[in-house]
Amino acid sequence: MKQLLAFIRKEFHHVFRDKRTLLILFGLPVVQILLFGFALSSEVKNIGIAVLDNAQDNNSRQLTDRLQTNSYFLVKPAIHSYPEIEERFKKGEIKCALVFPADFSADMERSGKAQVQVIADASDPNTATIAVNYISGMVNSYLQQTRPAPHLNYQILPQLRLLYNEEQNGSLNFVPGVIALIFMIVCTALTSVSVVREKEMGTMEVLLVSPFSPIMVLVAKAIPYLVLSIINFILIILLSVYLLDVQVRGNFLLLFGESVLFIITCLALGLLISNLTNSQQTAMLISMMGMMLPTLLFTGFLFPIENMPIPLQVISRIVPSRYYYIIIKAVMLKGLDFSYIWKETLVLACMSVGLLGIALAKFKTRLS
Amino acid sequence: MSNKAIICQDLTKQFGAFKAVDHISFEVEQGEIFGFLGANGAGKTTAMRMLCGLSFPTSGKATVAGFDVYHQQEKIKANIGYMSQKFSLYENLTVTENIEFYGGVYGLSRTEIKKRGGDMIDMLGLSQSAKKLVGELPLGWKQKLSFSVAIFHRPKIVFLDEPTGGVDPLTRRQFWDLIYSAAADGITVFVTTHYMDEAEYCNRISIMVDGRVEALDTPTQLKHSFQAQTMDEVFYQLARRAQRTAD
Repeated sequence: MKQLLAFIRKEFHHVFRDKRTLLILFGLPVVQILLFGFALSSEVKNIGIAVLDNAQDNNSRQLTDRLQTNSYFLVKPAIHSYPEIEERFKKGEIKCALVFPADFSADMERSGKAQVQVIADASDPNTATIAVNYISGMVNSYLQQTRPAPHLNYQILPQLRLLYNEEQNGSLNFVPGVIALIFMIVCTALTSVSVVREKEMGTMEVLLVSPFSPIMVLVAKAIPYLVLSIINFILIILLSVYLLDVQVRGNFLLLFGESVLFIITCLALGLLISNLTNSQQTAMLISMMGMMLPTLLFTGFLFPIENMPIPLQVISRIVPSRYYYIIIKAVMLKGLDFSYIWKETLVLACMSVGLLGIALAKFKTRLS
Repeated sequence: MSNKAIICQDLTKQFGAFKAVDHISFEVEQGEIFGFLGANGAGKTTAMRMLCGLSFPTSGKATVAGFDVYHQQEKIKANIGYMSQKFSLYENLTVTENIEFYGGVYGLSRTEIKKRGGDMIDMLGLSQSAKKLVGELPLGWKQKLSFSVAIFHRPKIVFLDEPTGGVDPLTRRQFWDLIYSAAADGITVFVTTHYMDEAEYCNRISIMVDGRVEALDTPTQLKHSFQAQTMDEVFYQLARRAQRTAD
C-alpha cells in the first residue's frame, strides 16, 4: 500500500509538471464544449432570403413582415426582377427567395387559391428543406389566422410536442456526444502515453527490478488520470449547465457513477495500448487518430447508427463510447433511472474488466 | 543461507539456436566488488538480467542473496539494487521526489526516507539542488545520484550496468569512491564496465567472451597469468578470440 501511494504521488508529479498533459486534459474539453456550443451549430438560423413582390398588396406585405420578425430568416433587400433572383443566388447573398405573383390577393379573393413561389438553394439540401418547411408553415399559420375556414367543420390540427427538448436547444444533442468523445480521446491518449514513457526513458527496467507487481503499476498509472478525469467531468457538466443551458434531468449520482465506469473503460483501453506499443509516438497516434474516427462515427451523435449498413452497425458495437452515449442521454436528458440502462452498463463493465485483463496479461514483466 | 552473495552454475540463456550466455559458473563473495567484463555482445547484460530476475535462464542454476533465480524472483528483487545502462531516474521529478519515490517503492517509511534521503543529499553535496529537476543536473551528478538511489534501500547486492558511460575521468573516480564506501558497508557490488582502469579497482573480475566466462581472478593475478602489463592487454588477448561480432 505504501508502495502504491509512493507510485501514485509520483504520477501526479509527472502530470502536474507536464504542461502539455494538463493542456490536453483540461484545455481540449473546454475548447470542444465551447466550439460545439457556440460556433458549430446544426440548427439553421439566419437564412438569407429576399422577396420578389410582384403583387405589392396587403397580403404579400403582411407575409413579408412576418418573415422579417422570424429569427430563422435574415431578410435581404427586395428583388425587383426575375433575372435578379439568380444573380443574388450566384452571389451567395441569399439561400432562399420568395416570389409573390402579381395577382396574389386577387386570386385569393376570387378562387380561394393563391400561389406563392419558394426558391431555395439546394446545394445544401438540409438548409433548403428546412427553409422551405419554415415558409410553408408560416404561410399556413397566416392563412389560418386571417381567414379561418368556415366551410370546413372538421379539421385535424397536429399538436406538436418535442419530448425531452421542448425548446429545441441544439446543445442537448451534442453535449452528451462531446462528453463521450472527450473521455474516449483524452483518457485513452494520456494513459497510453504514460506507461510507454517509462519504457522509452529506461525507468521501466528499474521498476521491473524492484519488488513491484504489474497490477500495481497499472493501478498506479490509472488512478491519477481517473481523479483528473472526474474533475474534468464535473467541469464539463458545469459548463454545460451554466453556459449551454443543458440541465441534468436524471439522478446526478447515477450519471456520475456511469461516467466513472466509462472513464475506467477508456483508461483500461489506454493501458492496453500502452502495453502493446514501444514508443510514445505510436501510442499517441493509435489513441488519438485511431480512436478519433471510430468514436466520431460510431458513437451515434453525428450519424445515426440505425441508418448505417449492417457491417458498420456491428463494428459500432465494439466502440465503448456508443454505450456511454446511450446512457448519458438517458440519464442526463430524459431523466431515466438505472432500470433503463443496466444493459449498457453491463456491457461497459465487461469491457473494462476484459481490457484490464488483457492489459495485465500483455504487461511484460521480463525483458528478453 | 550460504554466505556467498551470488552463485552461478552452468547458467545458460538461449534465444533459439543462439546461446547468449553459455554455461557460466562463478561465485561472488559478500562485500566483494566483482567486475563483469566483456566486449559488446559478449552476453554481460543478458547474464545480469537473469541474476536480477528480469529474465528466466534457459538452464543451469543460480542463487542471488541466497534466493533461487527461478522460484524466488520476488525475494531477489527485494534484496538487490539496480542501476541500468540508461539513466534511470525521472528527469521531470526533483532530486527529493526521486528519492521519495524509490524509497517508497522499496517500502521504506516516510520518516526513514526523509532522514536517509537528507543524509544522502548532504553526502553527495546536492543540498543546493534538492528541489531542482533531475533533468537539469550535470551528467556526473545524475550518475552519482542514480547509484545512491540504487543502494538507498540498503540492498545486499547492487548490480551496476555500465554505470560510468560517458562520464569524465574525474567524476568516474568520485563514482568509484561511492562504490568503495558502499562495499565497506557490506554491500556486494556487481559491476559491468568497458573501462579497463575501472577493472583495476575491482576485487575480482571475470571476462566474458562469446557467452562464456574465459577468465576469472584478481586483476593482479590475471595480468600475471596473461603476462600482461595492463588489464587492457589482458582484455585484448581474450577479446581477439571472439567469433561473434558485436551488435
